[in-house]
Amino acid sequence: MISHEPHSRQTDVPNPSRTGMTFSSITADISHLPLERPRSRFWWTGFLVAFAGVMALVASIGWLFLRGVGVWGINMPVAWGFAIVNFVWWIGIGHAGTFISAILLLLHQRWRTSISRFTEAMTLFAVACAGIYPLLHLGRPQFFYWLVPYPDTMGLWPQFRSPLVWDVFAVSTYATVSLLFWYIGLLPDLATLRDKAGTRLKQRLYGLFSLGWRGDGRHWAHYERLYLTLAGLAAPLVVSVHSIVGLDFAVAILPGWHSTIFPPYFVAGAIFSGFAMVLTLVIPLRRVYRLENYITVRHLELMAKVLMAMGWIVAYGYFAEFFDAWRTGDLYERFVAANRATGPYAPWFWALMACNILAPQLLWPRALRQNTCVLFGVALAVNVGMWVERFIIVVTSLHRDFLPSSWGMYHPTFWDWTTFLGTIGLFVALLFLFLRFLPAVSMAEMRSLVGEKETHV
Amino acid sequence: MTARTQGILIEFTEPDGLLDAVRRAREAGFTRFETFAPYPVEDLEKVARRKPSPVPGIMLVAGLLGALGGFFLQVYAAQDYPVDVGGRPLFSWPAFVPVSFELGVLTAVLVGIATFLVRAGLPRYDHPAFAVKRFARASSDRFFLWLRDDDPQYSADAAQIFLDALKPESVTEVPA
Repeated sequence: MISHEPHSRQTDVPNPSRTGMTFSSITADISHLPLERPRSRFWWTGFLVAFAGVMALVASIGWLFLRGVGVWGINMPVAWGFAIVNFVWWIGIGHAGTFISAILLLLHQRWRTSISRFTEAMTLFAVACAGIYPLLHLGRPQFFYWLVPYPDTMGLWPQFRSPLVWDVFAVSTYATVSLLFWYIGLLPDLATLRDKAGTRLKQRLYGLFSLGWRGDGRHWAHYERLYLTLAGLAAPLVVSVHSIVGLDFAVAILPGWHSTIFPPYFVAGAIFSGFAMVLTLVIPLRRVYRLENYITVRHLELMAKVLMAMGWIVAYGYFAEFFDAWRTGDLYERFVAANRATGPYAPWFWALMACNILAPQLLWPRALRQNTCVLFGVALAVNVGMWVERFIIVVTSLHRDFLPSSWGMYHPTFWDWTTFLGTIGLFVALLFLFLRFLPAVSMAEMRSLVGEKETHV
Repeated sequence: MTARTQGILIEFTEPDGLLDAVRRAREAGFTRFETFAPYPVEDLEKVARRKPSPVPGIMLVAGLLGALGGFFLQVYAAQDYPVDVGGRPLFSWPAFVPVSFELGVLTAVLVGIATFLVRAGLPRYDHPAFAVKRFARASSDRFFLWLRDDDPQYSADAAQIFLDALKPESVTEVPA
């Protein structure tokens, strides 16, 4: 046996914001959450409340399958109710995760490192919630596979010129790519958990999912190129997905939907709502799990700035809708615009303006951006506002269209609400499971930051 | 020293220690060594003189093929089940762009991940280094170099000469 005396040296980072963060402290701080499971009372309370939501969702879906979509408030003229509102809301929330993990990676925004893993998980769970709605809304969900091209005996094909079919491809590609991107990013951290795990079962399970990762130079070489290319593909993908969601509306000739501003305006709205959701989740969790060293006030402040910038793009979208309606001179377009601001849904409309345009303006002073309570409040307001925005787009355009004789109102039912609350429960329950079993911050990427600082500073 | 070994596993506490060792290993003529690090150490592959990963190129080709395949699927569907909308052409290619794009991305990602797994040799659950207890820290805060005994340059003496120039944290034999 050839052996040498151990000589240990600290790998400190000469950066005041991360004083004392070392390779070993990163492993200890982050792997401690899934392996030791601290704050178990908080976890169980939160998880059980969310799980009650999951049960409500299961019951709502069961009832829907028994009785059909008539249990919802959808009818003529408003045939697209909560299902589509919630679908667009959830998928929009998901987009911030991809924006943070892919687009900010390509733009070399180092601060994304601490939040990317968590927001990718958020993306995945939001897409899972979103994906449920169009299937339920089909009416005959057992025939969902008719949307996929397969060699059928009827000689039929999906209508590839329809944005609704584009949506099937966009959302399923997005869900698959998000899952794989997240999983590949997890591999090195799963290996860390395998090596740190105390029990045989955990070693086996983390070992199984880590695919035998051992940090080999060749692993990293392929991994890095793959990860960067995946990010490069995810960036246009996320833009395409919400543009297509926007086209679901814009391709219809309905006043209030038929507008070229929709795809970019939807993408901005998606990132706006997604950042609001990230803030809503991260502000309490960093405190409960003592991750303030990793997700710092600076991170929150930067996210607040993105929130404000996106808020202004969304505000421009609202302005453009009204301007277009006026500029076209089209009677119906003008009526829909006026009806939104003064019609029976006017309180919703003005609530939307207050939540999405006024509330974020609170964040101009630095002191308020750094105040977690204010930031949390604004983020909540934007979450609500973005949900109301989709409600306004879907419902106000449909409820009074060309023929006054076919006008009507939309009344969501009990089952509409339980389905919606149920998906919130599903989303939160999945996040709780994620926090319990997987590392919420990417340890490998944090080590890269420490390592680079060390050699370059 | 009678037990059979598969070479030695050399441990470092710093990425620079590993980089230095790899540089010296190359200079000493070793080729079949493996490095292990808890994060992608910059320049490590360059110093080890290994070829860059072909993954992005393969993904580009796969993506283009996927997009083309998706496009022709739609063109074929439009002819096979013609829907005449006011005499508009059946070959309405702009409407086929979104699905072609999505299928291109999907193919690129699936093929890219498959290529990564094959090239990186994953999944692989048994590896000689796993038999060394200290190796558990390779995924956390230690850096390892495995000098394999099937390297043409490898011998106990050559390994000892190589080690004398280094300041490793520990050196362990890898059991066969």
